[in-house]
Amino acid sequence: MIAYLGRRLTALLVILFGSSFILYNLAAISGDPTEGLRGSTDPKVKAQLLSLTRTLNLDVPPPARYFLWLKRIFSGFDFGKTRDGHPVSIDLAAAIPTTIRLILLATIIAIILGLAFGIVSALRQYSRFDYGMTFVAFLMYSLPIFWVAVLLKQYLAISFNDFLDQVTIQPGWIIALSLVSGIFWASLISGDRARVWKIFGIAGGASALLLTLLSVTKWFANPGIGPIVLLGLSVGAAYGITFLSTGLGNKPALRSAQSMAVIGLLLYYPNQYIFNHAGGVLTIVGLALLTALIGVGVSRYWAKIDRGPVTRTAILTGVVIGILTIIDKLMQTFKPYIETDAINGRPVPTISESNSLLPPGNFWFTFLDTLLHLFLPTIALALISFAGYVRYSRGTLLEVMNQDYIRTARAKGLTERTVIMRHAFRNTLIPLTTIIVVDFAAIIGGAIITERVFGWRGMGTLFNKAISDFDLNLLMGVFFVTSTLAVLANLAADLLYSALDPRIRVVGKS
Amino acid sequence: MRIFRRNKSTEVISGDIANREVEGLSQGQIVRRRFLRHRGAIISLIVLGTTMLFVFSALDLTLGFIKYPGWWKYSIIDQPDIRTDGCPPGLGGCPTLSINPFGAFGLGDHPFGQDDIGRDYFALVMRGAQRSILVMFIIGIVGGAIGTTVGAISGFYRGWVDSVLMRFTDFIITIPSIIIGSVIGYHFGNLGVPFLALYLGLFAWTGLSRLVRGEFLSLREREFVDAAKVAGASNRRIIFKHILPNAVGVIIVSVTLIMSGAILLETALSYLGFGVVAPDVSLGLLISQYQDSFTTRPWLFWYPGIFIILIALSVNFIGDGLRDAFDPRQRRRISRKEKAAERKVAADRQV
Repeated sequence: MIAYLGRRLTALLVILFGSSFILYNLAAISGDPTEGLRGSTDPKVKAQLLSLTRTLNLDVPPPARYFLWLKRIFSGFDFGKTRDGHPVSIDLAAAIPTTIRLILLATIIAIILGLAFGIVSALRQYSRFDYGMTFVAFLMYSLPIFWVAVLLKQYLAISFNDFLDQVTIQPGWIIALSLVSGIFWASLISGDRARVWKIFGIAGGASALLLTLLSVTKWFANPGIGPIVLLGLSVGAAYGITFLSTGLGNKPALRSAQSMAVIGLLLYYPNQYIFNHAGGVLTIVGLALLTALIGVGVSRYWAKIDRGPVTRTAILTGVVIGILTIIDKLMQTFKPYIETDAINGRPVPTISESNSLLPPGNFWFTFLDTLLHLFLPTIALALISFAGYVRYSRGTLLEVMNQDYIRTARAKGLTERTVIMRHAFRNTLIPLTTIIVVDFAAIIGGAIITERVFGWRGMGTLFNKAISDFDLNLLMGVFFVTSTLAVLANLAADLLYSALDPRIRVVGKS
Repeated sequence: MRIFRRNKSTEVISGDIANREVEGLSQGQIVRRRFLRHRGAIISLIVLGTTMLFVFSALDLTLGFIKYPGWWKYSIIDQPDIRTDGCPPGLGGCPTLSINPFGAFGLGDHPFGQDDIGRDYFALVMRGAQRSILVMFIIGIVGGAIGTTVGAISGFYRGWVDSVLMRFTDFIITIPSIIIGSVIGYHFGNLGVPFLALYLGLFAWTGLSRLVRGEFLSLREREFVDAAKVAGASNRRIIFKHILPNAVGVIIVSVTLIMSGAILLETALSYLGFGVVAPDVSLGLLISQYQDSFTTRPWLFWYPGIFIILIALSVNFIGDGLRDAFDPRQRRRISRKEKAAERKVAADRQV
């Protein structure tokens, strides 16, 4: 395993070296950093030219200059200076967290949703849902990200902020949204016409009821889940996760998941206390670990044999319930948050990565603020990757479902759930890990544009500056960071790959 | 929970129907037939063709000595007075396009409105779309040619040639295309759109070359290649006459993907200011100029975007149709009528 990873890492480092060499030379020959100075009539221009040449080593030809640059990086991580004499590493250090936040969230959302929709699309090949999803995926592929971003700003941010003034949903919107929900669920179900209409009626009616309820109770002015609804959602999550993970026939797993839901409810008020008095990243990490421990304990109590899948189910349920609890807390924070002077009733921002006017020190305010600032850019960025993952996972699953081992699995009488989740789904994930890398390059490109549209001070801004100032050191710094991220994503994909497919490790050993 | 119910309607596809359909047909005929059956691809082909015809015939064109007068009355440099009648108060240059079939249907004087200095926005959008389509084709052709050559050489000759070429491909593939594009675009953008597209095409071939290499690696082991070798065919002849025609499906499909990626790359670069530069016009450049006027004059923002989506979407759908057409394993939905006919044939056979 380690040998395999070592080999992969070496290969990636070689690639990193080669691509940075190509980019350095390409950038160096495509322009001249002294061009602006040469035209100037300032008498001091000669001295400036000389000093610029000396600091940027312009008297050395580009291929050799690359090695000077590389040498400095190896000896003390020095990225050199920008043209205005600012150390590149300081600029990068400020920009990295912002960009990582954006890329990471968008990638995770795109992978989870893309896989889910792609798999359902494949299982329902040639259904209305499949056709609809294919069209939506192609449409997202074809959308220019900067164009979508402007639409998002207008129709999600500004309209939602306006909506918060009245908080009641217009009847027209309720009807439209219920229709969309009805069509969505009806398109998922295959069957005769009567059944489709029944599903359409139930889903549409339920959505209309829910939306009316939210509107009448003015829920959006002071949102929250509350313990009762939380219990309902947790039990729903327990059944859903058990169904996907082990099947409802596995009683110990179902009992464990249900116990997790009950424990989640019992801990609701203690959690509120902890959140209010010791909110922080460490608290959340601690609670997550505690959830995992409780999951292990509960599964040990209910299952005497074959504990693995039961523990998995319990922990997954616990994580979902934990996320629901945190969402509930964030929703409770929403009302005081929008009433602060910094927000003044318009919570969804269209620009920048955080609100500097916000009173500092309140963890939940900062958390909610970060999330709200991430809201639009993440949607814009996730759209394209989402389309890629939908198409790819659909194609792979269709291919896998044609394999002989699927027929064997069915022939020995496994349920369709086991066939799909254990035999088909796992094998779908294997080739999927390889496109994460390709997708990552695309998402970095998307991030550069997204940051520009939303005015974030991240890598994208630095990149724009590097190109228009012809700042080679800055450009290489940006490239170094993005490609290191890509290498890390690659390595994570490799790890996943070898975890999913034992054959890879065998090849690595030989 | 019926989500895992087996989808019988597509699963039980009689091999008979598929086999009988392709009996006695050449590869080309099978592919053409499959493509024509892909409704989305055919519609997209018609849409793309119409759009191109519409876009390129609208404005004056000069090709060498041939001068073609466009059917649209304004060019991108005309600056007629800004029209204010019929516009909301305080706003000039609103669009006159009317698509209400019962009312005043027609283009009007300025169908997409006018920009800040009175230029006709329809002419500008047409010019931008021309530029985008041009860039798309140049990048597709250049990228396709280089990718096929590199992939064919490394897949056919293998050994150190393969290693060197594929390492080089890996180097380029890890640099995000927007970074390479910006570096090139910012410094070569002023050479004019065709040159910009040419330079961008020089870096757009990596994915294609990997696929072509894979295809060549598997095809060169096949019996017909051995047969050609035994018959004394030269490497050149084997590559061009025997292997390449068999790999053409993969090449065509990836070239359409390169093209749909190219149009988005060009608009993104122009949006960032590293692609097509003023005084030339590009759809991305138009959006970048007028994104702030979205709340007041939304038409300046909508129309360029709609043209980008129209072109990119139809190219994507055509690519999907081609992929289905070239894929020998593809399964097709068998309609109820065909199934009934199939059952009848089976019943007859039993009698």
